[in-house]
Amino acid sequence: MHTPPPTFSGFGLGLRKEHYRDFLDTDVPVDFVEVISENFMVDGGQPRDILRRVREKHPVALHGVSMSIGSSDGLDLHYLARLRSLVDDVQPLFVSDHLSWSRVAGFNSHDLLPVPYTDEALDLVCRNIDMAQDALGRAILFENPSSYVAFDDASMSEWAFLAEMSRRTGCGLLLDVNNVYVSACNHGFDPHAFLRGIPADRVRQVHLAGHSVGPGILIDTHDQPVCDDVWSLYGTAMSLLGPVATMIERDDDMPPLAELMAEVDMARDIATVSARREVA
Amino acid sequence: MNLAELQRNFRSWLVAPDDAIAGVFGAHAARGLHVYQNNYRAQLIGCLEVSYPQVRRWLGDDAFREAAICHIVGHPPHAWTLDHYGSDFADTLLSLYPRNPDLRELAWIEWSLSEAFVAADTRALSRDVLAGVDWDRACLRLTPSLRLLPATTNADHIWFALDNDMTVPQGAMLDAPGGFAVWRKGFHSQLDRVDATTFDALCSLRDDATFASLCDRLVDRLGEDEGVRRAGMLLAQWMDAGIVADIDDGSDETSMD
Repeated sequence: MHTPPPTFSGFGLGLRKEHYRDFLDTDVPVDFVEVISENFMVDGGQPRDILRRVREKHPVALHGVSMSIGSSDGLDLHYLARLRSLVDDVQPLFVSDHLSWSRVAGFNSHDLLPVPYTDEALDLVCRNIDMAQDALGRAILFENPSSYVAFDDASMSEWAFLAEMSRRTGCGLLLDVNNVYVSACNHGFDPHAFLRGIPADRVRQVHLAGHSVGPGILIDTHDQPVCDDVWSLYGTAMSLLGPVATMIERDDDMPPLAELMAEVDMARDIATVSARREVA
Repeated sequence: MNLAELQRNFRSWLVAPDDAIAGVFGAHAARGLHVYQNNYRAQLIGCLEVSYPQVRRWLGDDAFREAAICHIVGHPPHAWTLDHYGSDFADTLLSLYPRNPDLRELAWIEWSLSEAFVAADTRALSRDVLAGVDWDRACLRLTPSLRLLPATTNADHIWFALDNDMTVPQGAMLDAPGGFAVWRKGFHSQLDRVDATTFDALCSLRDDATFASLCDRLVDRLGEDEGVRRAGMLLAQWMDAGIVADIDDGSDETSMD
């Protein structure tokens, strides 16, 4: 079992190309940035140069979308080798991906498809996590995704699955509070039960993002500000988790950096209040 | 339904959705399955739009969308990275517009510029390295970003006009065949149309990197004096442009590695 991921209690932002210039030319007041790993798993050119320059100024978390840890076909070793090369180059704060799958039978959906919460899936996911952590030489964080389909043959809750997965493999957890909210609304579970059900000591990072409201369903679009309900849930989460790295994740309809920094400040304020409440 | 069966059914739903497949997941799953189906298609269309902005402008939004949907139906993604999706979009365009080789070549240009943008880095090669090279043994290493395609149309002029918001010329066949070269210098992707002799010389270097072979080829084509003169001229041009990334004659002094 690998050394647990480090603890880090700063506040950060997802680094996206719209704000590269800001991060290169100014001192953006964040404690860390997170990048999408696959965007930098390239041979060379400007993306890798930008990442190197940003890394000189900030700790960087690598957040992947293509590990497909729930794939019944196993993992893509070529993918893992490329990710390892990036990890060695960047020396990231965290390496994370999602509890989901995207690849089967040579097909890659490039979407975070849902894993059924069954014993069979748990065994397979744990085997894949062991392999991935061995390939990268470190513990990885796995994020709870938003989901739009629940499977009838599930034998446990999502939070029970995450807890057992983390216990067996030593992986860390990345708690996406917006995803908890979206999935809770879509599947009718209590988001507070989710927060109480995951092992707090395994959570190393928190994501905050916005979602869209579809007909009878919430969709995790990352194109909106964080909504009030998610901020409220974040306050609850922080009182349960204690100090943990938090970041704002925005991928579409990108606003000026100042708007996102206001959300980072909001997260910082809420976490501070939650910490005082915990102490009291 | 075990996990492997579930995932194969999900794949079938995404690639070719029908009610029978959706039914496997239960009646309550329909709404959520449509979200995944929409995400899948929207993401791939968006990927093609990002990779082929000038093809899209040239075709128009509606025709581009039809071509994108046709491509998605016939070419489900396989690679781990979405960046590779659409590498064969030029073939789909050729099948849809067989009388428009300019469109296929425009698509090739856009894709190659994107590939060059993230190709492996090379260092700038100074002309100082030319001193003392053993030209009988010298090998020219081309930049890994170099992409070559025989040119039959004025697709490069079309791309340039679209990229610079200028009046776009009519697509036209070239009077004489040549070739397109795409590569990266520094962080900037480059596009050039070269004559048939230069194109042949570049292509031959990929199979036989020796400068002596390049000279022989050019001498065969142009005669002794002009062939040798052209080899020297092209070498200088390619070094300045960043197309030749290294010259190696086996001695430590010349290779940049």
